[in-house]
Amino acid sequence: MKLSRIIANSGEWLSGDGPNRQIVVSSRVRLARNLSKTPFPGWAKRAERQQALEKIRPSVESLGVMRGAYSENLTELTALERQVLVERHLISREHAAKGAGSAVVMNVEQTLSFMINEEDHLRMQAIRCGLQLENAYAMLDEADSELETKLDYAFHTELGYLTACPSNVGTGMRASAMLHLPGLVMSDQMNKIINSINKIGLAVRGLHGEGTEAMGNLFQVSNQTTLGESEIQIISRLTKVIEHIIEHEENARQLLVERRPSTVLDQIGRAYGILCHAHAMTSKEALNLLSTIKLGVDLGLFPDAARIDIDELFIETQPAHLQKGAGTQKMTADARDALRASLIRAKLKPIPEPDLQQIQMPSATSTQPHDE
Amino acid sequence: MQKVNLCDACSKAKGVNDPTGFALADLLLGLGAAQQIEKGSSVLKCETCGFTQADFKKTGRLGCSGCYETFSEGLSEMISNMHKGTSHAGKVPRHLAERIKRKQHISTLQQELDQAVASEEYEAAAKLRDTLREIESTAAE
Repeated sequence: MKLSRIIANSGEWLSGDGPNRQIVVSSRVRLARNLSKTPFPGWAKRAERQQALEKIRPSVESLGVMRGAYSENLTELTALERQVLVERHLISREHAAKGAGSAVVMNVEQTLSFMINEEDHLRMQAIRCGLQLENAYAMLDEADSELETKLDYAFHTELGYLTACPSNVGTGMRASAMLHLPGLVMSDQMNKIINSINKIGLAVRGLHGEGTEAMGNLFQVSNQTTLGESEIQIISRLTKVIEHIIEHEENARQLLVERRPSTVLDQIGRAYGILCHAHAMTSKEALNLLSTIKLGVDLGLFPDAARIDIDELFIETQPAHLQKGAGTQKMTADARDALRASLIRAKLKPIPEPDLQQIQMPSATSTQPHDE
Repeated sequence: MQKVNLCDACSKAKGVNDPTGFALADLLLGLGAAQQIEKGSSVLKCETCGFTQADFKKTGRLGCSGCYETFSEGLSEMISNMHKGTSHAGKVPRHLAERIKRKQHISTLQQELDQAVASEEYEAAAKLRDTLREIESTAAE
């Protein structure tokens, strides 16, 4: 399996369907596992890292679910290819920076990926479309149970799975969902929401994790702690909180449409105008405008068929994807901005102007049908 | 672990040139976290991997799974501050689950045996001792 074949298709989480798809872009769960009595990758000598890799990689490749998977040492990937995988959330930014002794194994659907010798010996991740954290965990749990028969995991009776960073001990699990929350942002409620989520031991981050600003109205909500609760407890707590956020987002959208319809329509119309006619666009501007168009699709202002195109643009306009598409390793920021703008113009061309007659109430509980 | 994506301009503005070189212990655990481990382990060195407290201070990561025993005193406070609880409530590898169950069984039997001896119930004590020996011998196989 070649990387180019994997990259040619968007992952299941991007093009597929899942519960609460409009607001929950994707659900991700990752588990951290280590070999017992073996130095963690960050402390291991090169030869020790290599040994760990030679133990782990064949075990992962032999998993039933990984038949026909893509498997490669990181040294075989160009910087650009690694960055493409980062932009698809298939490997972490930290993993992309690793060299000899690190590898990645992922299935063709891009729902499962295994990072070998990241911060921990093994980090496995499942990513699914919409809100389905339980499903994502079930996939991983199965793979993990098979792996524990082949690998000698570092496990402590009191502390659970032992990890390089003490903040991950216990379950070694981080579950997160990527949420698209333009309604809460437009109605200035996001800070309030972030504060209350932090208070209950969950974290809210921007598109690319801690310390990144929230671009494109995208937020990641995840568990902060890993010790003292079971995987299922963590996931069900997180899922409940996310369901609350979805409800708040739907209410916020409904209120915006009811009370400030011209503001909403103006923003969507402007976003459409700029995206259709710009000739230079940074990825930040693109994400923010695409987010507004996505809201427009949700509100019925654009045909539903446009949804996939818009969602794909969120990924395709990221720097490495752009460059990969252009088939070049080096590109100036200016050239990228021009290419990004032309890609967006081309993709938006078949999408008709926002049809203001079509606006729908965002919530299913809406009582105002707009059919004549 | 969280990831941070910075463009060239931002990484310069934030003074980051080596993405792995963050003072991660401080970043994750608040300032002073790296100092906390020192308390319990002023000259400790992990026998398995040679890791020391100074290394933890530098990286915010431990050297190997054995470090959790080596530095347990300093780590336990940090871990209880960081997490919801102090003991694992989740998945257990299947082969360990059986071993852990047996360990727990042995320790309850041992307690019962001690009690029986203390209360001079020698008949019960003898029975318990036999059961214990039996379990321990299967464990050794």
